[in-house]
Amino acid sequence: MTDGRAHTRQSVDWWLIGTYLVLVVIGWINIFAATHSSEPGSLLNFEYRAGKQFVWILTSLGLAATILYLIPPRLWEAACIPFYVFVLGLLVLVIFVSSDVKGSHSWFDLGPVRFQPAEISKISTSLLLSYVVSQQNFRITRLKDFLTAAFVIGLPMLVIVAESETGSALVYTGFILVLYRTGLSGWWLGAIGLIILLFISTLTLSPYWSVFILVSFLLPCSIVMGPPSRRRFRILAGGGFVLLMGLLPFLLEALCSLINARMDGLSTRVWVPAADEDYNYFWSFLLKVNPLYLFLGLCFAALPWLGWRAYKYRDRFLAISLVVFIAGVILVFSTDYLFENVLQPHQRGRIEVLLGMREDPAGMGYNVNQSKIAIGSGGLLGKGFLQGTQTTFGFVPEQATDFIFCTVGEEWGFAGCLLVIGLYIFLIARLMIDAESCRDKFTRTYGYCVAACIFMHLFINVGMTVGLMPVIGIPLPLLSYGGSSLWAFTILLFIFLSLYRDEKKYF
Amino acid sequence: MSADGRHIRLMIGLGVAAVLLLAKIFSLQMLDDRYKEDADRNSTIYETIYPTRGVIYDRNGEILVGNKVAYDILVNPREVQAFDTVALAAVLDVTPEFIRGRLQEYAKRRSSIGSQGVTMLRMLPAETYMRFDEVKYRFPGFRGQVRGIRYYPVNAGGNLLGYVSEVDQDYIKRHPGEYRSGDYAGMTGIEAAREADLRGEKGYHIYLRNSRNQIEQPYKEGSEDKEAVPGKDITTTIDAVLQQYGQELMQNKVGSVVAIEPSSGEILALVSSPGIDVEQLADIGKHYAEIAQNPYKPMYNRAVQASYPPGSVFKLVNGLIGLEEGVLRPEMMYPCSHGYHFGAGHKLGCHGHKSPLNMEESIMMSCNAYYCYVLKNIIDNRKYGSVAEGLDAWHEYVESFGFGRKLGSDFPAELSGGIPTSRTYNRAYGRGRWNSTTVISLSIGQGEILATPMHLANLCATIANRGHYYIPHIIKASEGVEIEERFRQRQYTLVDTLHFPKVVKGMWRAVNSGPGMGGTAWIAHVDSLDICGKTGTAQNPRGADNSVFICFAPMNDPKIAIAAYVENGGFGAQYAAPIASLMVEKYLKGQIRRTELEERMKKADLMARVKRD
Repeated sequence: MTDGRAHTRQSVDWWLIGTYLVLVVIGWINIFAATHSSEPGSLLNFEYRAGKQFVWILTSLGLAATILYLIPPRLWEAACIPFYVFVLGLLVLVIFVSSDVKGSHSWFDLGPVRFQPAEISKISTSLLLSYVVSQQNFRITRLKDFLTAAFVIGLPMLVIVAESETGSALVYTGFILVLYRTGLSGWWLGAIGLIILLFISTLTLSPYWSVFILVSFLLPCSIVMGPPSRRRFRILAGGGFVLLMGLLPFLLEALCSLINARMDGLSTRVWVPAADEDYNYFWSFLLKVNPLYLFLGLCFAALPWLGWRAYKYRDRFLAISLVVFIAGVILVFSTDYLFENVLQPHQRGRIEVLLGMREDPAGMGYNVNQSKIAIGSGGLLGKGFLQGTQTTFGFVPEQATDFIFCTVGEEWGFAGCLLVIGLYIFLIARLMIDAESCRDKFTRTYGYCVAACIFMHLFINVGMTVGLMPVIGIPLPLLSYGGSSLWAFTILLFIFLSLYRDEKKYF
Repeated sequence: MSADGRHIRLMIGLGVAAVLLLAKIFSLQMLDDRYKEDADRNSTIYETIYPTRGVIYDRNGEILVGNKVAYDILVNPREVQAFDTVALAAVLDVTPEFIRGRLQEYAKRRSSIGSQGVTMLRMLPAETYMRFDEVKYRFPGFRGQVRGIRYYPVNAGGNLLGYVSEVDQDYIKRHPGEYRSGDYAGMTGIEAAREADLRGEKGYHIYLRNSRNQIEQPYKEGSEDKEAVPGKDITTTIDAVLQQYGQELMQNKVGSVVAIEPSSGEILALVSSPGIDVEQLADIGKHYAEIAQNPYKPMYNRAVQASYPPGSVFKLVNGLIGLEEGVLRPEMMYPCSHGYHFGAGHKLGCHGHKSPLNMEESIMMSCNAYYCYVLKNIIDNRKYGSVAEGLDAWHEYVESFGFGRKLGSDFPAELSGGIPTSRTYNRAYGRGRWNSTTVISLSIGQGEILATPMHLANLCATIANRGHYYIPHIIKASEGVEIEERFRQRQYTLVDTLHFPKVVKGMWRAVNSGPGMGGTAWIAHVDSLDICGKTGTAQNPRGADNSVFICFAPMNDPKIAIAAYVENGGFGAQYAAPIASLMVEKYLKGQIRRTELEERMKKADLMARVKRD
């Protein structure tokens, strides 16, 4: 008995629990700093948010202990299907009974307490995904299994989008990293990255450069992956083509400005003789040539030949590349439609501000601008606890919840940011290492799910406060004010700790 | 277990993401100082101290544009509390609906209104403002602001002075870092050209504010405050009396008068008619639409922007070129039988006068045929290989007088007109398929020649100076205001100064030969002034001929050179010559003795003749 107990203590990962505690306390201190001017009182005044957060922390610790010591670890695996269905029901229900909070319908209002089922849904989805993946004959490369996994992730995602909580839904894309770990082809990650890149480049640069990016991604890949015969020739030809297309717009522009200068010279003259009209007509035809169509024309002219080649050499990668190219071109041309018609105005606005398409420091860009000012004014060591003028005087909105990282940045400087991000990275890396060491596939997959969730929240939230990501209202795990978020992450994390301890006990 | 090292790749991805975030944070916190300044700006409040704008004087020290005080009412919607709308409306002389409407509008765009507030009413009279000042404590969120506005003691030079108005977003963008919303700037004319001198430098007082945007105390006891620097005064070369008189003479006519002091190139008057009244300038916002919709385009400064055929005054240039080229000698006689006959039955017509005549007489009587011979001799000269080379040589001479290019005055928006070259005709007719008769109308200032009234005044000043000119300019050097060195340098034409007196003699005879002698400009004669002039009658394809006249006086010590161009005014002697000579009389004698002529000119209304666009 004593033996078992000692074993138990050893196999609990105290490093993870320690990091968790440090982060929670950092969050509590910064919530106090962010709110102390409008909500005077001590850290423990329960009227105000800092005091309330203390209560949330205590209850979270209670929850953590319960999960770790009272609930049998194997229950999670056994109950994951009903749990998933139950949470899904809550997600749907909340659309109909919730009050409207800033345009989204995702909060249950239970008197003094509000909670967001989307938070719990991360847990249930992680559990079911781990369950599905850990089935004996599950092979992600098999279409049926892949679709099952995608269904488990996609269903709650869709419902959350319907709640107008697109930000929370975005977190679910992190599960694709988990699928990658279980054997999903890396090309999927590449494809998703490419889609995002094409979307952004079409909005900010031009369709021409999007197609250019597409070609300069696909061409080298298919050359490398293709049959080795005459590879050097193909590298030279492909490289030459990419280089030429990269220069094409500039060449055309130079030509056009030459023509324009000449035509300007004519039009400022007193009158233009008839002979010049023909001259103008000829050259103005050249001015109308759109480099994009020239480029696409060349590409599509080469398609049948490449298709024949793919058939002849049984070059599957080339065939897929061609399909991806056509799909990519369609995406490029429908980006404007998607952007204008599928996204909601406020989301469009946030993306426009992020991509620098719109300068609007007083309106849409206000939050980000104020947040950058607060963080940027922190310097190396920060202004000190409670000394931040921006966070104290309320220039940053939502500073205790979504923008809590601003307070860290302003009052603790780069040193504080380094510490906090370092702690998160340690937490995530430690989770991955622990998961990797598990022989049980359910526990391992679940560990990766937790790591992916925390990572997505961290990257999106901090990215938002420093202007790397559009404004997406999701909390910073463990730091942001709010019980429902803190509870959810506590449960998420401690289920893994419980499973992990269990695994170490039996193996 | 760890299939093909995928966890390693994920770990590397995690590291890359962490580095990305930290790099961005590092650049915000350690590399970019902008955010620290912004943070200070957030917690301090700058009260702007506006400088007084520089005064614009005429050449005799008369104020053309001064400053007076006006009062604006500002609102900060965030500070407005419940108040008695009707009472405020009564105090401010507006309707309660106006105030309600404005506040509703501000509420809608509240996020874009800064802590300084937004201007609700502009330019209130002092009495109204005083009334408001007494009761303003009842209306939190509303405050008054004193601001200097422009005022114009004399109605002279609306077009060249230009107007001042509040800068818009576009203007702020085009002058990065110089203006802020609510600032005023010169938009046209001298106000725009000398904006940098006139505007002065804004100052500021800094206050600390707390989280609720209330001002607490001066920042560092005001040690960082900066006082405003008033704008520099500008002295123009304009003679206010002459300018005003020119405007009166040109009223109800379309055209332009430009007067230059030949010995300095200083512009004494620059009239563009119809023009903008200074009353409209003072409150441009109210009158802008009206001005912009006026079919006669009062904003269009004809003196430097309208390109006209110069007509017969251009004969002077051709005569001078002929003399320089040696193909014309003053005593040469040419016949004129009601015009110049060339080719098979072609004729360039002329009016009845004695024939044959010499050069002086040709200027005095403005003979067309004479200059057809002159031009033909210039460009068909055997020393040039071809007509094309001859024409290009002619073009080079003409350009040296300032024609066909911008003169480079300090006045904005000057245009260049146009003088044809051999290329012009090669394009129109084909290389070698035209000759001197094709271009014969150039001899009398018609055809493809276009010049602005400023060009013509400059030609007149060049002749008055017997062969050189100074670049016309409108700003005089004064204390603290320098003018560019080029305005002080003589510009010589390609024609030797020796030849000019011969032309001057003809111009003197055109004005001073007495009635009945055939001088085309006898109407411009003023006793003892020795006015030298040349009339022009330029064809206008859209109606009656344009009336043109250039003159300078006195002959031997020219004080003023002037060009008048009256659209659809008929012969040069009908309108342009009387108007120009009256202005000379006014400038040199101070009073007008030809009152009957003056009356007739002021009353003449040619607007009905002018075809509008």
